[in-house]
Amino acid sequence: MSEAFAPGDTVRVSAVNPPGHRRTPFYIRGKQGVIERVCGEFANPEELGYGFDGLPKKRLYRVRFRQKDVWPDYKGDPNDTVDVDIYEHWLSPVAKPKSGRKI
Amino acid sequence: MNDEREHHDHHHGHDHAGHAHPPLQPDDTSPPNNYEVTILAIRDLLLDKGILSAEQVRRGLETLDSWEPSRGAEIVARAWVDPAFKKRLLADGNAAVADFAIDMGSAKLTVVENTETVHNVIVCTLCSCYPRPVLGLPPDWYRSKNYRARVVREPRQVLREFGTHIPDDVTVRVHDSLADLRYLVLPRRSAGTEGWSEERLAALVTRDCMVGVANPEKPRAA
Repeated sequence: MSEAFAPGDTVRVSAVNPPGHRRTPFYIRGKQGVIERVCGEFANPEELGYGFDGLPKKRLYRVRFRQKDVWPDYKGDPNDTVDVDIYEHWLSPVAKPKSGRKI
Repeated sequence: MNDEREHHDHHHGHDHAGHAHPPLQPDDTSPPNNYEVTILAIRDLLLDKGILSAEQVRRGLETLDSWEPSRGAEIVARAWVDPAFKKRLLADGNAAVADFAIDMGSAKLTVVENTETVHNVIVCTLCSCYPRPVLGLPPDWYRSKNYRARVVREPRQVLREFGTHIPDDVTVRVHDSLADLRYLVLPRRSAGTEGWSEERLAALVTRDCMVGVANPEKPRAA
């Protein structure tokens, strides 16, 4: 299975609230960030948590978010980031702005 | 002891007053959830049926407590003196720490480097994911609600409370460790340590430096 995203791609985290054991924290749902790296594939913890085998494996990414995009009232430096581990099925592509913001 | 737990009905008539039940989050005073109660019940059943002895449980906890951050400090010191090792450590943490006979298991050790322009700090906002094979058990503050909820949204303020002031022109990068990665901060080597041995350097590297809430101390004047 090919990778849906590459480093530098802009992505959005699904703004959904499914029940059950989920590994995407609420504060980052619906937020937009940039793929920092592809981390490989791992058994899906959202299935492992219920005693299933977690297969097929899910691809994991590190996604970098600007703190100001996550917390509107963020007081620190505008370059400050939070990097979050997110599985592929939580991410969708966002068209890149022409003047790509590098973070 | 957690007084609030004594009010909870465990449904099996067992008196818990004699057991120490360390709370998962020391500052969380809410009643234990179903999973916590289940774990305690299973442990008590194993003890009651004689499958485990109280001494075995104690020894197990003692072993966990014996894992020390000095293992991580040795890794950091090696990275400071050996550029080839540092390169390997940043590229593939698991393979690099195998040099120290450390097995990360199924977790992926991800090392993030502090530089002149970036300061890294680690948290797990969902629970308390922590690179135990290299740092041992996490400290109470790492598991606290206060740290987990705040460092992700006001990291500079939280770091100041640890006595760590990050200049405005240095980017603060919080890493939320939620899945199969475990993070270790590679701190900046202190000035004035040129020519030091790995052993001497390792003594400057504390646990808090490798979580990113502190920086290594400057060497004291001889």
